Amino acid sequence: MNRFDYRRPSTLAEALSLATDPAVRYLAGGTNLIDLMKEDVERPLSLVDVNHLPLGNIEDTVEGGLKIGALVPNADLARAARITQRYPLLSSALLAGASPQLRNAATTGGNLLQRTRCYYFYDVATPCNKREPGSGCQAIGGLTRQHAILGASEHCIATHPSDMCVALAALQAVVHVESARGSRTIAFEDFHRLPGDTPERDSNLEPGELVTAVELPAESFDIHYSYLKLRDRQSYAFALVSVAAALRLEDGIVAEARLALGGVAHKPWRDREAEKQVLGQAPGREAFGRVADTILAGARGQGDNDFKIPLARRAIVRALDQAARAAPQRQVEKRIS
Amino acid sequence: MKEMKSQTLQAQEGRNAGFGTALSRVDGAAKVTGQAKYAAEFTRPDLLFGVVYTARIAKGKIKRIDTSRALAMDGVVDVLTHENSPRVTHFDLKLKDMSAPTVGHPFRALDSDDILYPGQPIALVVAETLEIARAAARLVDVDYEWQDFETDLKRATPFVPKVPGVGERKPKSRGKAEAAFASSPVQITGDYHLMPEHHNPMELFASTVFCEDDGRLTIYDKTQGVKNSHCYICNAMGFKRAKVRVLSPFVGGAFGSALRPQYQLWLAALAAKKLERSVRVVMTRQEMFGHGYRPECYNRIQLGADDQGHLKAIINSAVTGTSSYENYTESIVSWGGMLYQCDNAKLDYQIARVDTATPCNMRAPGGATGTNMFEIAMDELAYASNVDPLELRLRNYAERHQLKDRDYTSKALRDCYQRGARKFGWEKRSPEPRSMREGHELIGWGMATGVWDAMMAPTSVRATLHADGSLEVGTATADIGPGTYTMMTQIASDATGIPVERITAKLGDSDLPFAPVEGGSATAASAGTAVQKACHALMKQVLEQANQLENSPLSGARMEDVDLVGGRIQLSENPAQGMSFSEVFTAAGLDSLEAKKFGRPRMTRKARNTHSAVFVEVRVDEEVGMARVTRVVNAVAAGRIINPKTARSQIIGGVVFGIGMALEEESLADHRIGRWMNHNLAEYHVPVNADVPDIDVIFVEEEDHEASPIGVKGVGEIGVCGTAAAIANALFHATGKRLRDLPITIDKLVTD
Repeated sequence: MNRFDYRRPSTLAEALSLATDPAVRYLAGGTNLIDLMKEDVERPLSLVDVNHLPLGNIEDTVEGGLKIGALVPNADLARAARITQRYPLLSSALLAGASPQLRNAATTGGNLLQRTRCYYFYDVATPCNKREPGSGCQAIGGLTRQHAILGASEHCIATHPSDMCVALAALQAVVHVESARGSRTIAFEDFHRLPGDTPERDSNLEPGELVTAVELPAESFDIHYSYLKLRDRQSYAFALVSVAAALRLEDGIVAEARLALGGVAHKPWRDREAEKQVLGQAPGREAFGRVADTILAGARGQGDNDFKIPLARRAIVRALDQAARAAPQRQVEKRIS
Repeated sequence: MKEMKSQTLQAQEGRNAGFGTALSRVDGAAKVTGQAKYAAEFTRPDLLFGVVYTARIAKGKIKRIDTSRALAMDGVVDVLTHENSPRVTHFDLKLKDMSAPTVGHPFRALDSDDILYPGQPIALVVAETLEIARAAARLVDVDYEWQDFETDLKRATPFVPKVPGVGERKPKSRGKAEAAFASSPVQITGDYHLMPEHHNPMELFASTVFCEDDGRLTIYDKTQGVKNSHCYICNAMGFKRAKVRVLSPFVGGAFGSALRPQYQLWLAALAAKKLERSVRVVMTRQEMFGHGYRPECYNRIQLGADDQGHLKAIINSAVTGTSSYENYTESIVSWGGMLYQCDNAKLDYQIARVDTATPCNMRAPGGATGTNMFEIAMDELAYASNVDPLELRLRNYAERHQLKDRDYTSKALRDCYQRGARKFGWEKRSPEPRSMREGHELIGWGMATGVWDAMMAPTSVRATLHADGSLEVGTATADIGPGTYTMMTQIASDATGIPVERITAKLGDSDLPFAPVEGGSATAASAGTAVQKACHALMKQVLEQANQLENSPLSGARMEDVDLVGGRIQLSENPAQGMSFSEVFTAAGLDSLEAKKFGRPRMTRKARNTHSAVFVEVRVDEEVGMARVTRVVNAVAAGRIINPKTARSQIIGGVVFGIGMALEEESLADHRIGRWMNHNLAEYHVPVNADVPDIDVIFVEEEDHEASPIGVKGVGEIGVCGTAAAIANALFHATGKRLRDLPITIDKLVTD
């Protein structure tokens, strides 16, 4: 851990004015950033503690959705009545993540900015293009159990570790950000990036920009949904594959389908073409299998993670089936529904 | 054999809480309220903080180490490296701690420019605060010279260790196994593999060395044996033994990793010696992957049987990893060789050098690996011979220890099988794999036998009775979690009739009488026997004092004539006639009485072992490869149980280790660079609460005063032996898929 300055502004404007240097980091729950600082992966010159900014509310929007303040803790968000009743997919994904202690500390905005759990990214004794651009990717050809099968590049095969973001991708959330230059919104699909040749950039957030809120549109998929997370133990493990599935059925026919995958790519993975395939059809494992095949057509294993390709296929079919049956995976239930 | 009766807690009522009482831990309240202090929690105003810098290559030389930038930081006191560290002993023999491998050169931190393994400490940054030391450590700059290395056991060259490890014997073959195997109508051959495991105790390794004004050193160390740390560090650094005291009042888990003194003790002592200042060194979680671990194992097992499943041949050969600088060995193949009636057994064991730190004992070292692999093989034989797995074990039941060809002091394994099976409902099992199902889930029932040693080691205890009637019993053992404080208190209460709240157990202090390291499940038998002996001797002294008093109500009474009840000594025939201990002390003008006794094992040629029968239910969602353990019954025969509550906790802990071994735990190395890569608790998976079902523990008591004078065999390790196999066997029963490579993770279950 390096030496750093610590600032604790009380207004948004003050916070934004303090964060003009790229080596400044905003500090919210700190559940990931502080870990990375201890590992010498993150070496900020200065931490701007945003915990005292008024970003901790959940508000109804005029469009019939919700605007979730960036500082709402994951634990509170998962249990908030408006979330459990209207957006149970989001609640479920939150409860699938981390541990109760971590969810108490982790925030909505911070969750978006979790960094990969790639072993090599975390170990400063190894090269890593994400940590040190141009140094190479040691993960390729190494231990790749947790790595990407979709959208990877020759520079980086890391995955995004969040569960919450997988649900937000399926729900088509919108991210509100502010900086000293002003405010803007980013569609969730455009928030995170694929690694390409700039794996050091996890998201399209510009230096100095602060996530202030995440907005959920009105369509909430409160009946036909499921978040299915497959991992190495029943709790406190990152997803090997996770699926957020949401369907709107009209007269027994799929009118809308959303599917996002976690643990398989550098960002929550969505494939709109594949989603369209099932529209107008009766829900069923065969139809869902075709969706999975489309999504995974370009999947490529790295060796250790080859199993993720068949696993993802099965998980997609199962999660869509759970959603269609209105039998969502309950996170307190160890049996898979 | 009698069934253990669970007894209610009597301690709070001021009565004695002897053998068989489910006494809650006497140190429980201190632990849960944070009053119990661990090695890293002792502090003084002038304390310095050492932060370790570890090698970033697997093997080679330090060409240049530049500490100038670190030294330039305000608050940094020194950076110790091989270039500027104080001289330590030249003699390897002086570094052979109680748990060191017989053959090899014990590791010396900061002793030369050699890098022997990845994660080796090569510098210690010492500063006025932890934060400064940590910030400065990242400024150390090193040029390395890489050398060829190998961390993959598969590619290392096995050899037969000429000298077995401490307490081990070379596996002894018998009969003509190869011919018997060839002519057996039923044969199975399996290649089993276990990934390396790291202990990952909750508490980080820590040593706090205080330099006293008079030149003495007081050292708080995370250790399983203060005498071991004391002797080792004095020998290493040339300290006078009388001037060093090592304390370790509480240990937050160790599982064998603190049997040998770890490098943080060496580094803290080295810095204190050089700087003549008090220093603390605490490892990070990542650094805790830079010392001992349970070695990887490749194990081929061939079993031959007649068509009724009677074993005709055992051929078993195993290889485990050791380091480049020490020969660490384990007993892998002896367990299967001893456990079942079989005239022909060929047992081979080899080790192979990998460039890691020397592996070390981890809960049931060798036994956890060996019994679990052998018991999977037995399950394979059960299916191959079409005999129920439990019935197969009964058909091959050995009344005598097959390796030593000796009787057992006791072996209630038959009762374990019977009672475990009844509790589990084994008779309702459908024998065919894949034949039990509920909804999406396949259900599997598996079982296995567990076996471990019932060891005992010489231990000395001092018992002191004070004039106020309070009793103190002390020995330099440890309490790494099993409840040693509680066990000592209970045995003292049992032996003296003094209520537990008037008894203080002392341990974890090198000034106390000798005890070996707490390991091998031996402490209850060892320290327990010595506590009982010392207390009996002490009570004899009290009676002698009472005998001599004028008009003594106990005049002429002998020990067999009296009862010890609630701090009183009284005639059995007339309880009203007696004296309290305080009355005796007052009348005799005494402040205290003291007895010191040595407990040692009884001489016997018989084999001493604990046994268990483990029954497991798993449920597997085959589509997505998710497996979970839903029921465990573990029936254990381990002699007499001192405390059913703490003993049950030990078995539960062992079972959780078994779940980890079967399904989750593996240290993953990138062999291209020779580094452990999943070196944190998020990526090295140990079972979490959600993975652990209710665990049913049955103790089948054995009356056995040959195993140890107090009839105790020890329960610290037997819980892991057999459990992983029972899980793997249940997975086979559920899925029809035989998986021989532990841990059985989702990828192995999901691939066709």
